[in-house]
This record gives sequence, structure tokens and C-alpha cells, in this order.
Amino acid sequence: MSALFILIGISIIIATGFLLAFIWSVKNGQYDDDYTPSVRMLFENEPPIKENKSIKKSK
Amino acid sequence: MQLHFQKQNVDTQVQCYHCGEKFTDVTITYDDKEFCCEGCKLVYELLNDNNLCTYYSLNSTPGIHLNKAVPSERFIYLDNEEVKHKLIHFFEGNEVHVRFYIPKMHCSSCIWLLENLQKINPEIKSSVVNFLKKEVTVIYNESGIKLSGIVELLTNIGYEPLITLNELEKKKSKTANREAIIKIGIAGFCFGNIMMLSFPEYFSFGNYYDQSELKKFFGILNLVLSLPVFFYCASEFFVSSWKGIKQRFLNIDIPIAFAILITFVRSVYEITSATGSGYMDSMAGIVFFMLVGRYFQNITYDNLSFERDYKSYFPISVTLLNENKEESIPVSHLKKGDHILVRNNEIIPADAILRSENTYIDYSFVTGESRPVKKVSGELIYAGGRQLQGVIELEIEKEVSQSYLTRLWNQDSNTEKDAQSFIHKVSKYFTFILFLIASVAFMYWSFSSDMNRGLNALTSVLIVACPCALLLSATFTNGNMLRIFGRNKFYIKNAMVVEKLAKINTIVFDKTGTITHGSSVKFIGKQLGKEEVLIAKAVASNSLHPLSRKICEHFSDEQKLVVQDFEEIQGLGIKAAVDEKTVLMGSEYFVTGNRGISNSRASKVYFSVNGVVLGYFSIDSSYREGIVELINELDKTYDIHLISGDNDAERELLQKTIRNRNNIHFNQSPVEKLEYVKSLQNNGNCVIMLGDGLNDAGALMQSDVGISVSDDINNFSPSCDAILDGDSFKKFKKLLDFSKNGKQVIFTSFVLSIVYNLVGLSFAVQGHLSPVIAAILMPISSISIVLITTITSSLFAKRKGL
Repeated sequence: MSALFILIGISIIIATGFLLAFIWSVKNGQYDDDYTPSVRMLFENEPPIKENKSIKKSK
Repeated sequence: MQLHFQKQNVDTQVQCYHCGEKFTDVTITYDDKEFCCEGCKLVYELLNDNNLCTYYSLNSTPGIHLNKAVPSERFIYLDNEEVKHKLIHFFEGNEVHVRFYIPKMHCSSCIWLLENLQKINPEIKSSVVNFLKKEVTVIYNESGIKLSGIVELLTNIGYEPLITLNELEKKKSKTANREAIIKIGIAGFCFGNIMMLSFPEYFSFGNYYDQSELKKFFGILNLVLSLPVFFYCASEFFVSSWKGIKQRFLNIDIPIAFAILITFVRSVYEITSATGSGYMDSMAGIVFFMLVGRYFQNITYDNLSFERDYKSYFPISVTLLNENKEESIPVSHLKKGDHILVRNNEIIPADAILRSENTYIDYSFVTGESRPVKKVSGELIYAGGRQLQGVIELEIEKEVSQSYLTRLWNQDSNTEKDAQSFIHKVSKYFTFILFLIASVAFMYWSFSSDMNRGLNALTSVLIVACPCALLLSATFTNGNMLRIFGRNKFYIKNAMVVEKLAKINTIVFDKTGTITHGSSVKFIGKQLGKEEVLIAKAVASNSLHPLSRKICEHFSDEQKLVVQDFEEIQGLGIKAAVDEKTVLMGSEYFVTGNRGISNSRASKVYFSVNGVVLGYFSIDSSYREGIVELINELDKTYDIHLISGDNDAERELLQKTIRNRNNIHFNQSPVEKLEYVKSLQNNGNCVIMLGDGLNDAGALMQSDVGISVSDDINNFSPSCDAILDGDSFKKFKKLLDFSKNGKQVIFTSFVLSIVYNLVGLSFAVQGHLSPVIAAILMPISSISIVLITTITSSLFAKRKGL
């Protein structure tokens, strides 16, 4: 039974880690906008350096 | 190319490649694409040059119709240090962060373009969009581009930021919302863990668990986990109830705070003295569910502002004349005696005396009167009017805050409405009865058995009869209704308004802009050529008659022809010469010589060049779709009134729709409107007011529910309780009915929560509340209430087709 003391202790510590991660993500502003990122991820990603080249090519 | 050629010949409608506007004669093409105007073409050119045409491939015709390029001097005021510092929210060295509110943002193309601004101007480092708030945060290099340059760039691609005095003065706090989420997170975390650690307690039979070390260990863990819930998450309940106590007002948070406090204290005592395992799970649960309920109810429309006042309507800066030099200063710096320049179509910012020869002022937004007023030199001009001549010079008579319009606003703003919800009223009795039962139980057991049992009963009653379920019934129903209303483009400020809607028995409509909206101009007759269009516009632009101005607005071309021998004959029309051609515009009799009999609602303006009648402009001050049916329908159950600041030209038509003729009033000033609503209220009516402009603002505020009707919800709307999108106007009856359903839902779930409370109390008064019963009753009552209210209110909405 004494294993329970250790295991529950560890499980709560791990869970607290997730809670802290959650608090960090809220403070980081990840919950401020829950719509735009869903659209943004669908855009083609072009790194800015490549972009300049492609402009030159197209001209 | 072949296809385009055919299109032009057959004269079918084409769509502008940029903004999607349909038009017939293609005059502007670029890169094989048709554009409706120069503005749209310019935007396309700009995007094309910068390789940003993905904009058009994400959505077809995503652009915003843009008639003409905006003069760049319009934004010079933004480079004024003081204005600039109010706008930008962070800067470090040369790197400046600024956030703009852009109402025109509407699709994924907009997001894409606004996040790729750095491709147009490399001095912009990055830009990030928040679509729901319609905000874009731009980070730029100040040494390369000025703030005015950024705004100009945004405006040139069609996304003009809305910058108002209001916005400048208050900085929105983002942190409040974040804190609410964090509180819910922590409460949920602790609630879940405490629940888990309490499971052995619920299901242990026999003595094994009671004697084990585990029980002590779990008890201590529960205690530790409950600390953040009690001290952090629940703090707002304590603060609010303390405020209530100080103001001697029994608010709904008092019983909650009391329940939380009692539960916590008793649990701490039980755990530390090892006499029991406490009710920490119940306490954390109460806090968690209450916080979720509150969050749900407080969901707001971030991108809508319900508290707008004159400040969002006035310009931010004015052109000050200082020893013949023009200087741009913030409007709040205006002093008596200052000389300012006001350009065509600008708003007069403060009461002032006209120093130029003469001008015309359009007060339609303030008074509702659509005909402009002529002012001559030396006359006093009140703030809020729109200047219609070229450039005029004014001498400021009163500061902005002292002007007539501003005072009108401030005069009504202090009439605070009582925020008494149905639930709050009931909760008073609830709290009273609860304390009564608790003390009776305490006395009974203290005398019949022992003091200890009495105390047990007392605390148990307070724990189990927390008004949690009671409150949740209202918060979740109202929260869900707010959401359903929002889906139907009826945006309500807060949950209180939902409850008030259900009580309404009188509806007051404003006419202009509310039941009528804008006007449509159509030319019927021969197809007008380019030259004829220019002639018509030139002639109409010289006249200030409302119909002429509508015709003028109808044509977007900028080119102006010179008009000679202009003569306006009152009540008939205009006679003028353009390019040595005689032009007549006006009534049928004036232009054609015939007296036609018209039975249509639309006004007709006939148009002839050199004696040849080309046709007429049909100008319909169009009523909103389905408005007559709506009013007829509403008339059966509600008392309908109509007040208008306009003249009574449409009296006859309106009398057909409204049953009681005495309820129609014309030529009402803003103050008279306010008084009218007040007098209705004094007769015991619960009044809803639907209006649209600054001229209704007082009445909107005075009414029990003030609804601002708007075709573009992001446009200016006066201070109000709700914003109704013009498209949803025909649903208004359904929306009102739905609010009544909401009341039924609240009532039903209310009864249910009382039943739960009775069951809980029956255990509690015996002084033996086992933690299991508390732990089962509490979440079950909360969750079932949440489910019932959300599901039934959604069902009602579905049945109504909302």
C-alpha cells in the first residue's frame, strides 16, 4: 500500500506540471484568439528570403 | 479576350474582379480583368506588383469597394506626437507596435493580405491579425515608415482602420479575460483531483479505510488542493459579497460566498481534527461550476462596442489655422477663439461661428432632418453637423466638451437603470428562507440532542443548499440565448437585457434608417452614356435637394463638368446648361410637360438633355424587407409607436401599417424622442426602442431596451443595449418570442433546482450529511441544470427557425 503514497505524489506533481503549462499558455496569449490561427495554418508558407527570389523570377 | 469582347457586346452583367460588384459597361480593364472603378483597379495593381495575388485565389472577389484614392493629408494628424503616443502600445528603439481596429475585415483573404503587409513595404516587420476582434497588430520600423504611412497603406488596399477619440482614451484590458480562464483552469484541476482523492471515502465500506494512513494522507492533499480554490479562484465571490454587505444590499453572491466559507471552515476542522474527511470536493465543485457559468454568461462581442458616444463620431483632429499656417491638432485641444478649417463632408467638432461667407450644414445625424440648412457668415453652427461646401473657416465658440451635442449626451448618461434580475429578486427570499431553516435546525438539535449535532445540521444546511443550481439555471439559459441571438445577428450587450426583452409590451420605432434603409436609385429609360452620366451628376451636385444628393451619390465618377446658368425652381426641378446643352431635371411636369399619375412609393426625377427626355431616376426610400408584415404582426400583441425626426411626407403610408394613428409622430427632436419614451414608461410600459443614429441616442438610453439597427454592425451605432443587423430585422418578432421562451426555460430549471435543494435539505436538517450525498447531489444538480437549460433553449430556437 505504501506504493500508493509515492505514486499519487508523482501523479499530482505531473498533473501540476500540466496545469502550469496551461497557465503559461493562457498568459502567453494563446487563448486570446481562437479563430485566426485555424485559418492561418492553411496559408502557403513562404519564407521571406525565398519570396524575394520569386519576385525577381516572376519579373 | 474573345469572351470579354462578347460580354461587352451582349451587355450582360460582369463582376468586378476586386470587389465583386456587378456592373454593365466595362470601361476599366487591366491584366485581362474587369474592374468597376479606378480604386479597385489601383488596389489590384498594387497587389499584383507586390506578387500578392494569392489574395484573389483564396476567395473570389474578396476586395472592398473603394471609389477613389484617399487624400494622404487626411492622416497627417497621426504623426502628431501626442496622438501617436496614444495609439501605439509598445515601442523599443525604432521598432513600434501598433494595433488597429479594422471593421472591414471579413474573410480569409483579408487575413492573408493583412498578414503579408511586409511584402508591400519592407519597413513593416510583421503584422498579425486577430479576426474575431477585427484587429491587426503591426510591427514596423519607425525610421523607414511613419504611422500615417501605415494607415495610408491600409486605407489604400481597402482596409481603413477605425480610429476614434474613444479608442484613444481607453486602453482595453485583455488581462481580465485571461484571468477568468486561468481561474477556471485551476478550479477545474483542483476539483478533479480532490474528487479523485475522495473516491475511497465514497465507496469504502467497513473500517479498513477509516483506519489507514491513506485517509490522513488524502485528507492533507485535499486540504492543500483546496487552498488555491478558496483563496484565488473564489476571491471574486468574496469581494462582490463584501461590497454587497457594505452597501446593505443582499446580492446573490452572499449566499454563495457564505456556502463556500462554511464548507471550507468545516472541512478544515474535520480534516485537521481527524473527525471526518470534509466536503472539499463540494466546495471546489461549487467554485468551478459557478466560474464556468459566469464565464459563459459574460461572453462578450469583443469587436462590437455598445458604449459608443459622440466621441466615436467626432473627428480626432482638426486643422487649426495659426497665423495663416495650417496645423493639425487633436480635437480635445480646441479652445474658444481658435480658427479652424473644415473641409467638405467633415463633421463640425464643436459649436462655432462661421467666418466664411456661407455654407450648408447637414444635421441629419443629429436631428434626423434630411434637408441641409443654410448658414451665413457670423451664424452659430452647432457641433455634429456635416459640412457640405468646399472649405470653410470657423471660430470656435465652445470647447468640445461644452458643445450642445455633447451636453445632450452627458445629460442622460447618469440615469442608471436598476440591474435587478429575476433571479436576484428570488435569491433574496431564498437567502432569507435558507437562514431560517438553518437556524431552526440548529435550535431543534441543540435542544433535543446536543450542541454538536446542532452545529452539524447548521453547516450541512448551508453547504447543501447553496444557490448554485439556482444561479446556474439563469446564467446558462441567458448565456445560451445570447449565443443564439448572436447567431441570428442580434447582438445583445449582456444577460440582463435578455431577461428584460421578455417583459416588453411597447415598441417604439424610429423611421429613418430603422424601418427605411438608405435608398436605391435606378435610372429607367434610355441607357445613359458616359457623357450623360457626367452631366446628370454635375447638375445634381449643384443642388442640395435630398433627391439630387441621392442621384449624386449614385454615380461614383470623379470627373466634374462645369455647370452654367444653374437655376433651381422650388418644388419643380433644376434647369442648367452643361457644355452648351440645356439640361432639365425634376418632376414629370417640369421636364416632360405631362402630369402623370403616380401611385408608386418611389420618387421620380425626370431627366432631359436638349429637350430630349431620356427617362427618369427612380429613387425609392426603401423600406426594409418584410417591414410591413413585421409591424402588422407585432401590432397584434404589442403597442407600436413610431417617432421620426423627419417630415411627415410618408404619413399616409405609415398609417396603413400602424393600427393606432395617434402613435405616429413626426418632426421630433432628439429631446422630444427621449421625453416620449419617458412618458410611455411613466404610464407603466416596458419600452423597447429601435433607432439608428445619434438623434435617437437619448431615447435609446432612456428605453428599457435600446436596440440600434444597423446594416453594417461595425459602423457607428449609438450607445445601446443591443445591436440588430438590418438583415435580421424581419426576424424581430421571432427573436422577441424566443426571449419569452427563455423565461420559461429559466423558470422550469428553477423549479427543478428547488427540488434538488429540498432533497439535499431533507438530509441536511437531520444533521447527518454524509460527504457522499453532498458530493453526488452537488455535481448532479449543477450538470443536469446546465444540460437542461442549454438543450431546451436550443430546441426552442430550432423550432422557431432561429
